[in-house]
Parts: sequence; C-alpha cells; structure tokens
Amino acid sequence: MMWNEPKECMSRDELSHLQGARLVKMVERVYHNVPFYRKKMQMMGLEPGDIKGLEDLVKLPFTTKDDLRDNYPFGLVAVPEEQINRIHASSGTTGKPTVVAYTRHDLSVWSECVARGLTMAGLGRSDRVHVAYGYGLFTGGLGLHDGAAYLGATVIPMSSGNTKKQITLMEDFGATALACTPSYAMHLAEAVVEAGRVPHIKLKAAICGAEPWTDAMRDTLEQMLNIKAYDIYGLSEIMGPGVAQDCPYHKGLHIWEDHFIPEILNPDTLEPVGPGERGELAITTVTKEALPLFRYRTKDLTSIEYSKCECGRTHARIARFTGRTDDMLIIRGVNVFPSQVEAALLEVDEVLPNYLMTVDRQGNLDTLEIQVEVEERFFSDQMNQLQSLTRKIEHVIKQALGIAAQVKLVEPKSIERSEGKAKRVIDKRKL
Amino acid sequence: MIVKQLSVFLENKLGRLHEVLEILADNDVNIVALSLADSSDYGMLRMMVSDPEKGREKLRENEFAAKLTEVVCIGVSHAVGSLGKAMGKLADAGIDVEYMYAFANGDQAAAVMKCSDPEGAIEILTKGGFQVYQEKDVYLKQVGKE
Repeated sequence: MMWNEPKECMSRDELSHLQGARLVKMVERVYHNVPFYRKKMQMMGLEPGDIKGLEDLVKLPFTTKDDLRDNYPFGLVAVPEEQINRIHASSGTTGKPTVVAYTRHDLSVWSECVARGLTMAGLGRSDRVHVAYGYGLFTGGLGLHDGAAYLGATVIPMSSGNTKKQITLMEDFGATALACTPSYAMHLAEAVVEAGRVPHIKLKAAICGAEPWTDAMRDTLEQMLNIKAYDIYGLSEIMGPGVAQDCPYHKGLHIWEDHFIPEILNPDTLEPVGPGERGELAITTVTKEALPLFRYRTKDLTSIEYSKCECGRTHARIARFTGRTDDMLIIRGVNVFPSQVEAALLEVDEVLPNYLMTVDRQGNLDTLEIQVEVEERFFSDQMNQLQSLTRKIEHVIKQALGIAAQVKLVEPKSIERSEGKAKRVIDKRKL
Repeated sequence: MIVKQLSVFLENKLGRLHEVLEILADNDVNIVALSLADSSDYGMLRMMVSDPEKGREKLRENEFAAKLTEVVCIGVSHAVGSLGKAMGKLADAGIDVEYMYAFANGDQAAAVMKCSDPEGAIEILTKGGFQVYQEKDVYLKQVGKE
C-alpha cells in the first residue's frame, strides 16, 4: 500500500526535475527573506539566478547546528511571524535549545511524510496508533500524532512513561500500532511478555526511531510481540520523525526526496561522495516554508542507494546510521552533548568540570553514569555531605539534559587526561 | 584539645586501601586507630595517626583526596555505661555527634568523635570528669616496624 503513489514512485528523471524546480524557487525565497543566507551567498558571489537546477545544489553554502544557535531563536525563519503555526526545540550543544518553526503548510507536509511511512508499515484508517513518544517540544510525540491523525487512524496520545499503564491501555484500547523509541519498545515488549499478555494485545506494527538500533534488535522485537517493526528517521532541524523510513523490505530508509534532497559528504573535505559510499548526510529542505535550510549537515554517518526498491518506490534509501561526526549521543531518545554536562557541572560551585560519561544499555534501557572527581576543596569526610553533593549534581544534570544520570564521585586525577582533547565519553552500547 | 584526624576518600577499587596503608608505612606514619565507612561507590577512611600532617602530605603527593578533620578524643573507662554518660552530656548540651569510632588504649578505651561543636564538647566532657586526650596522648610515639 502507498499513501501517495504518484509521488512515491516518480521516475528518477521526474524526481530530479521536481527537485531542481523546487530548489530554484527555494533559493529565490530564502535569498530574499533570510538575511543570514543572503549575506552568505553574497560573500560567495552567488545570486539566486546562479542556481538553475539540481546540479547547482553543490554551489550553495552548508548549514550547521551552530548556525541555528547563532540565530536563536527565530533568526533563520523565512516567513512573517504570524505565519508560524508551531514551534519545536531540541537540545543544543550548550545551554540554549535548537529552535525550529513550522507554517501550517509545513505541518501538513510533515503529516503526509509520516502518513506515507505508516502506510508503508501496512497501517490505515482502521488502525489505532499508540504514541508512546514524549509529547512536547520534542518532535517525536506530536510528529507521530499528527501523521497518524492525517492517515485517518485512531490516535492514542499516551506519551512516555508508566509502563504498566501503557500495557493495560494498549490492551484495553486495542492498539494495532506502537510508536516510540526502539529501546522503549523493547522495554514494553519485555514487560508484555513477562506479564503473559502477548496473546491479548492486537499490535501488528511498531514504528521506532529517534535513536540508533540494529537489525538484531528489530528481529528480537518482532519475535517477542509477533509484529513487524520499522525504522523511522528524522531530526527536528529538518522536520522531525518521518524524513525517512524503511519499507517491509528493510533495504534502507526511503527518504522523501520530493521534500528533502539528500547528499552524502566526505566529512573531511565536505565533497559529495559516490552512491554506496559512506559519509555525512546533508539535507536541503526544498519545500519548507518557515525554516528552509540549505545543505544542513546532520552529522549522521550513512550511505545512500538510488536504485528502485523492490517495494516499487523510487525514493532513495539511506542505510542504517553507523555513527556521528560530532560527539552527540542519543540516550533514551534524547540528544545529549558532553558540553551540556560540562556547562551543568560549572553551575555546581564545589565541582571542577572533570568528568567522564559512561553510556551503557542494561536490559534494553540506556543508562548514563557520570563520574566526577572529588576535589580537595569540596571533599568532606562526612558521607552524608558527599551524598547530598551527589544528589545536587544529579539534579543539575537532570535539569540540563532532561534525562536522569547516576553520578559517581571518584578520586582526584583518576579520570584519564589525554593529550589535547580529553576523553569525556565511553559508549559501551553495541549498536 | 581538638585533635586531627586524617581522612581519605577511597574509590571502591581493589587494592586502594592497601596503597594508602603502604604509603603511610613507607613514610613511618603509624596508625593508632581507624574506621572505614562505605557506600556503594566509595569509602571513607578515617584514621588517628602518629603524624597527621605528614600523612596527608604524602597521600596528596600520591594523588589521594586526603584532608585533616578536627575531632575530639576521650578516654572511656572499661565500665558499663561510661560512654553513654558522655553521650548524655553532649545531647543535653545540644551537640551532635556526626560519627564515632573507638579503640583500645592500655587499660581504657578511647572514643574518637566528630562533633558539631568540638570546643563545646571538650568543655562539657572535661567538666563531666572525662579525660579529653591531648595530641601527645593520641599520636602515639613511633613504634617498631613490621
């Protein structure tokens, strides 16, 4: 089944032509409405007229998360304020979040992209979608919510947390699809199996994203709940979940090329690499009204395949992500930068920001432990004072990251100092 | 008088206690009494030693978090209820005892305590007839080496 067959199965020529036409219009719009890009283009000696089609994409400047931060909160918005219909935000590399904006049309494109994915997962009007992503500024909850509503399905806006209640309502309401992070899906699956409720739930599909996972994890999830599971990809800067998703053939994630032009770049030279070669994914949002971005560097490492898929769709497929070019971590679906931990520790007077983050996965849930060195000046020989200091640090970390961490005090100088950049993160998860 | 306790932060790692003891032994710092408190992640080693300043310096040189803590040390006779009597006096005066440990000292016992008000504790206990140890009573002379 397809949601929008004419678009999803366009020939490569038609698709390139459409992308080129949309890119030309986008450049014109952005040049006149976003001073940041206009200056950038002028410095490069570029005029809107220089971009005549898809082949000219490489002439355009890149955009990074820093650009969004430098223009916080609405500096890159290309429409008058009254046309902004929604705002979302995700973690920034330091204190301030990365803010994104949507017009009514942007939200409708987003909904359609998600609806295409849900249809690809075999879902339709008669389905009930249990959305266990967090609702709020995070794009996961509302993204899947709007997409499922657009599809015409019944939406169950559960949000995250309270596993026991999730399972009871999933069963009572007869949910046929589950949308959440893969680790939370595994956690729910284990709880369902443990409670012996597998025969009582009606789930047939799970749409999981917002954090990296493996084929092995998907197989386990599918077997545990007797369902089909799909990988959905997205990032708030581009839109949110639904930028790409895999089909039942699981040969990569179809990226909706009529809205997003993908490029794979050599992370060192930033030159495009050939099909099948691994590099950093950059995306140009040709239809976005509120926040159109040229060649946004996602920092996600992947490769791309342009051949037509067995499912009949022609939109290119990006491979499962193999890492990042920056130090961002995704922990329990939340983007975390080590620099946020450092900034949080600076708020605690008694602590010097010497720390080491250890991310692990116990069962199916991510754990974060942060070792902080005991410094001479705040060292007390009273255990209760050290414990209250530990709790204080845990509190500021939770405030800064939005997720809980276990803080462990360690001896001075026990955290390894390396030459140059300190090693701040150990990720033990096998992904 | 207030005496100085050597306190050391110890991570729960195999052999850390041994390292501390070796550093002190190598520098002829004798341990008169000790107590080791533990949590799931770390331990706190508290000691009466023959030369607390030297002990701290040597441990710091070896990158341990070590500090000197002011504590009160009293003699308690080997008689039923004698420690309780001392505690009663502190409680009546509104002085908290944060932690305490004891060691045998000749024909009597000695109790080391961290108090919320060490000067006040010394005054009350002295008036109450308890022997409050001086530094020389606690930091015993250097004894033979193993």
